Amino acid sequence: MGEKQTFTHSVIQSFKIKQVDLLRFITAGSVDDGKSTLIGRLLYDTKNILADQMEAIERASKSRNVGEIDLALLTDGLRSEREQGITIDVAYKYFQTPSRKFISIDAPGHIQYTRNMVTGASNADLAIILVDARHGVVEQTRRHSLIASMLGIPHVIVAINKMDLVGNSEDAFLEIAKSYQELAAKLSIKDLTIIPVSALNGDNIVDRSANMPWYTGETLLSVLETVNVLKDQNTEDGRFSVQYVIRPQTEELHDYRGYAGRVQSGTFKKGDLIKVLPSEQESKIAKIEFGGNEIEEASVLESVTILLEDDIDISRGDIIVSLNNSPIVSQDIEALVCWMDDKKTLKPGNKYVLQHGTARSRCSIRDIEYQIDINSYEKLDEVESLKLNDVARIVLRTAQPVAYDPYQKNRSNGAAILIDETSNVTVGACMIE
Amino acid sequence: MSISVKEVSDISEADARRKSPDYLDQLEAEAIYVMREVAGQFERPALLFSGGKDSITLVRLAQKAFAPGKIPFPLVHVDTGHNFIEAIHYRDELAAATGSKLIVRYVEDTIKAKGLKEQTGKNASRNWLQTFTLLDTIEEFEFDACIGGARRDEEKARAKERIFSFRDEFGQWDPKRQRPELWNLFNGRIHKGENVRVFPISNWTELDVWAYLKREKIALPSIYFAHERELILRDGHLLANTPVIEKDENDQIVTRQVRFRTVGDMTCTAAVESSAATLDEVIAEITVSRISERGETRIDDQQTEAAMEDRKKGGYF
Repeated sequence: MGEKQTFTHSVIQSFKIKQVDLLRFITAGSVDDGKSTLIGRLLYDTKNILADQMEAIERASKSRNVGEIDLALLTDGLRSEREQGITIDVAYKYFQTPSRKFISIDAPGHIQYTRNMVTGASNADLAIILVDARHGVVEQTRRHSLIASMLGIPHVIVAINKMDLVGNSEDAFLEIAKSYQELAAKLSIKDLTIIPVSALNGDNIVDRSANMPWYTGETLLSVLETVNVLKDQNTEDGRFSVQYVIRPQTEELHDYRGYAGRVQSGTFKKGDLIKVLPSEQESKIAKIEFGGNEIEEASVLESVTILLEDDIDISRGDIIVSLNNSPIVSQDIEALVCWMDDKKTLKPGNKYVLQHGTARSRCSIRDIEYQIDINSYEKLDEVESLKLNDVARIVLRTAQPVAYDPYQKNRSNGAAILIDETSNVTVGACMIE
Repeated sequence: MSISVKEVSDISEADARRKSPDYLDQLEAEAIYVMREVAGQFERPALLFSGGKDSITLVRLAQKAFAPGKIPFPLVHVDTGHNFIEAIHYRDELAAATGSKLIVRYVEDTIKAKGLKEQTGKNASRNWLQTFTLLDTIEEFEFDACIGGARRDEEKARAKERIFSFRDEFGQWDPKRQRPELWNLFNGRIHKGENVRVFPISNWTELDVWAYLKREKIALPSIYFAHERELILRDGHLLANTPVIEKDENDQIVTRQVRFRTVGDMTCTAAVESSAATLDEVIAEITVSRISERGETRIDDQQTEAAMEDRKKGGYF
């Protein structure tokens, strides 16, 4: 009992001393690449698997005659998936080490699930792209890398898995690393790390491998723990989409009018001069509040309430921006789109609802400029329509002006979704260019 | 060809030195954002409140999201009639303290009105019947969004559910037809009669909830802390000794010092032996605990491997 308490105490102490933050990462690869095994291994080696979960997978491993304990079973979710032995949706797993909390986003790798990967990638700070050491860079690797780049994921780890099956050979690793770098040169990957691993044996995942003494770089977990996420944020361009107007209308708060929202980028301080878009009205920040208490300033991703000095007309869908740093305001938009509807196609002339920030506007598709073959990266011209999982550059016109930044400069204010007006389903992911 | 994209501008050194928010701040900001999206996108939202620690957390987040205004939606409790009395008292006090409207609907009434057949025998539970009462309540008040305290770390089916989880007019969840949920752009557009279940603390773990309750200095119902109680020892689980649980000769009545890790329906919520009398001690126990929350205390999920998936498809929380 005494020993147990000491351990607890030290864990809690380490949380208190160190600032623990969150990292969201997506793992891309197919079942064959050992993706589920990799996640299982990370959870297992960081001691994040609980006793009853372990018993459950031991039971399941036995009933399926897979011999040893199958760590992949830890991330298998829904019954329909278990029956088919594949992951059909985006699944989330949570684990922690003394320095960070992790949200692992697990998306399927097959081409028919591109929309699931795009969905998972949209919120990721980092992507782990799995490559089977026996096969090297394949079509799927190219596809996953394109999606990671297009969705602006700042950090990419290429985990060359199953190194044990190629004799833990340094030459094999270097050859694959070289061909990956050639591929990456065509994309926009800001921070790339390539690591030789064996998820099955736990080599270079959490612990350094004795089987690959030639590898002197970081382990997978060490990269996950140290990547600087704060630096990825756009801290320059002040953007704040208004979600809701707080008007208590009580006697003591008769004139209170607070704009509730989340800082998408940049920072806001009391006294800052601002502009409201698309109306172009100008004012000054009178006060910033969090939970009803005044705070000095609000930075990226903080959910706060802004009060202005002037009584101007602002409602949900408006965006408050720094006065001298304006986004582009236009009704004509060019964007990369990933089409997500499995029933209907996207064609020029079609009308949708565009949701950007908290604003919604009807829009009509003017043109499909070109489609991108997500495996070969070739541009395909004269495309008439887009079907599920197609990626293309499109031109659209909105009914109301949209105040946006290019996606690659500002992920939060450059993203938008297309909604089908009749079914209300989300049918497209747009990265505004 | 190469896809040309512009380099993101580097941030200044001064910004890099700025104090980073910790994980609880990040989770809190995300949950508040979700709460405000609900208020902004829907006409008649409600917060499903059970008296449990997750829904207590939701109430605090909603208070922060809309301060200094009141929470702009009612608290709704589906009462199985098998709740811990401590949780019910807590619920009433919290609703009064936050000035929230409280709506309570009883499973007992649904059973009578619809002539539903209750499970019988020693493992009988009304947990499944809650779904009927919930769907009736949604229809009665025409709620278009119901905020719940589900977390993805609880269970496999939940791990795949969206933050805005679309339900058809029969309250059903279809895992194969979930809307893609991109960035933080939540699509709450629905037709009349349909509704959305919203889970603002989807990305929190059990430990995160406890850490938050501690940081926010939130009082909890007393059953969350160690206390002496008479219990039914059944198949290794400790259940509250109450008339709503049918006992047989294999059940042993014991007195132990216990606490509850979740405070759901008494018929399917087990206690854990514990001496943790404060939040710090509870957190310490959970940190070293090697059994996950649902595995330890939720008897209903263990019946079949896909138990939660089946209940959710039928309209469960």
